[in-house]
Amino acid sequence: MSLLEIRNLTVEFDTAMGPFRALKGVDYTVEKGEVLAIVGESGSGKSVAMLATMGLLPKTATVNADVMTFDGRDLKILSSRERRKVIGKDISMIFQEPIASLNPCFTVGFQIGEVLKTHLGLTGKAVRQRTIELLQAVGIPMPEKRLTSFPHQMSGGQCQRVMIAMAIACQPKLLIADEPTTALDVTIQKQILDLLMRIQAERQMGLIMITHDMGVVAETADRVVVQYNGEQMEEAGVLELFEAPKHPYTRALLSALPERAEGDRLPTVSDFASAYSKEDGAAL
Amino acid sequence: MSDNKEVILSVRGITRDYVTPGGLFGKPETVHALKGIDFDLFRGETLALVGESGCGKSTLARILTLIDAQTSGELLIRGNPVNIAKKKVSAELRRRIQIVFQNPYGSLNPRQKVGAVLEEPLKINNPEMSSEERRQKAMDMLLKVGLKKEHFGRYPHMFSGGQRQRIAIGRALMLNPRMLVLDEPVSALDLSIQAQILNLLKDLQEEFNLSYLFISHDLSVVKYFADRVMVMYFGEIVESGTRDEIFSNPRHEYTRTLLAATPKTSIESIRERVLAGKATA
Repeated sequence: MSLLEIRNLTVEFDTAMGPFRALKGVDYTVEKGEVLAIVGESGSGKSVAMLATMGLLPKTATVNADVMTFDGRDLKILSSRERRKVIGKDISMIFQEPIASLNPCFTVGFQIGEVLKTHLGLTGKAVRQRTIELLQAVGIPMPEKRLTSFPHQMSGGQCQRVMIAMAIACQPKLLIADEPTTALDVTIQKQILDLLMRIQAERQMGLIMITHDMGVVAETADRVVVQYNGEQMEEAGVLELFEAPKHPYTRALLSALPERAEGDRLPTVSDFASAYSKEDGAAL
Repeated sequence: MSDNKEVILSVRGITRDYVTPGGLFGKPETVHALKGIDFDLFRGETLALVGESGCGKSTLARILTLIDAQTSGELLIRGNPVNIAKKKVSAELRRRIQIVFQNPYGSLNPRQKVGAVLEEPLKINNPEMSSEERRQKAMDMLLKVGLKKEHFGRYPHMFSGGQRQRIAIGRALMLNPRMLVLDEPVSALDLSIQAQILNLLKDLQEEFNLSYLFISHDLSVVKYFADRVMVMYFGEIVESGTRDEIFSNPRHEYTRTLLAATPKTSIESIRERVLAGKATA
């Protein structure tokens, strides 16, 4: 049985202009210990899919799916009280903007401790002890001193490490990373990706990596889902995808990589749009 | 780079210190943001400036675009020394160097229509120009950067990130500059949009014979786009050379770190990683 299984997920938002379909029937499965990358540009619905899975979308959204199970539990019929027990504990998420996702008014020690108190019921010294261990695990130097630091006193890379520490505090079975390195420098990106992959391998977590960066996909993923405009274009193993992309959109994405550029101009997705409509007889 | 090329800008030993006041009891502290920078920029070339956040890239950009003064050293624009702290610079000179910022969401005034964004530089620099001519010039630029006529009267929030970056590039080009400072112009954009903007920049460079100082931390973009590369680390240029020199034979430790940290998308490296993963599992 898969760790996470989603079949035919659709999400609609009510807007003043009528309903807007952000996701038009996508499937995801993640096995234990597997890294799934969801690739697509902004507006392709990759974040919406994960927020829908976690039940974090606003009330204007209508979520429908044929199957939506996590670790044997049906997420569709879970009450919000039960859902809250799962989310943040067995499924956790880290976001793109590390500095914006931490609360500026509290120390990082307090914020990590809060997770431990809420989900694991730890108290007093145990919280402090575990928090220090977590900060150590994500590679923050002198964790005892860092407990009393505020987010603004740390760099972006360090804040992302704190976010990761919070996300893995309860030994989740599935970690969702939404563009975890987009706001960071390449050298820091490398460190954060290495850290995520190390933790993932050590704990045999399922990891969903949401990204628009094919470089990140190449460095981390086992399997890849390519998404465009709320639809799934292609799903393949990472090697297969880079070696022989089947869908024209995937081919367009790969050829737009500057390091793969041939000649003087980069192919763009509008070049792909004409190819797509020719091959599939569909307009974009 | 051949010797007969025209130098449009030279930097000789430029430094910039920022002094932070120490408060009531503390001592004031000096941060050396730039510690003696030397380089030349030639006509029609793209010079990339690479380095991590906080290394002084943007400080240098501010000095080159005459927003900020250097603490010491010489800035020569077409052979003439310029120091805005000592002497007022002519509007003519300021027109020559324009800048495009990283974040197209923050760099356009949300209450100004696109047409007005493009017309404003002309209004300030050419007050005697007729409004009809101004409108025509703005419209031409709009089409040149790949937008449509009907976009003229729209507000920035109605555009995507890539379109906004086109507007920002158009605005920078309104006064026929010789040189553009591009401060991470594509790092906030999606991969496919990034390709479009890089293509546009290449076309415009060819058409107007522009010089670019291209600030970036993405080495894959730099490798594709730049003629020459400078690597900056803690306020110093630690290595510079032609693109091929830097990428095939990096000499400085930091350049090597940067190259090693850049994600590899070649089939071989992916295969290697997948196989290594299987071996440990």
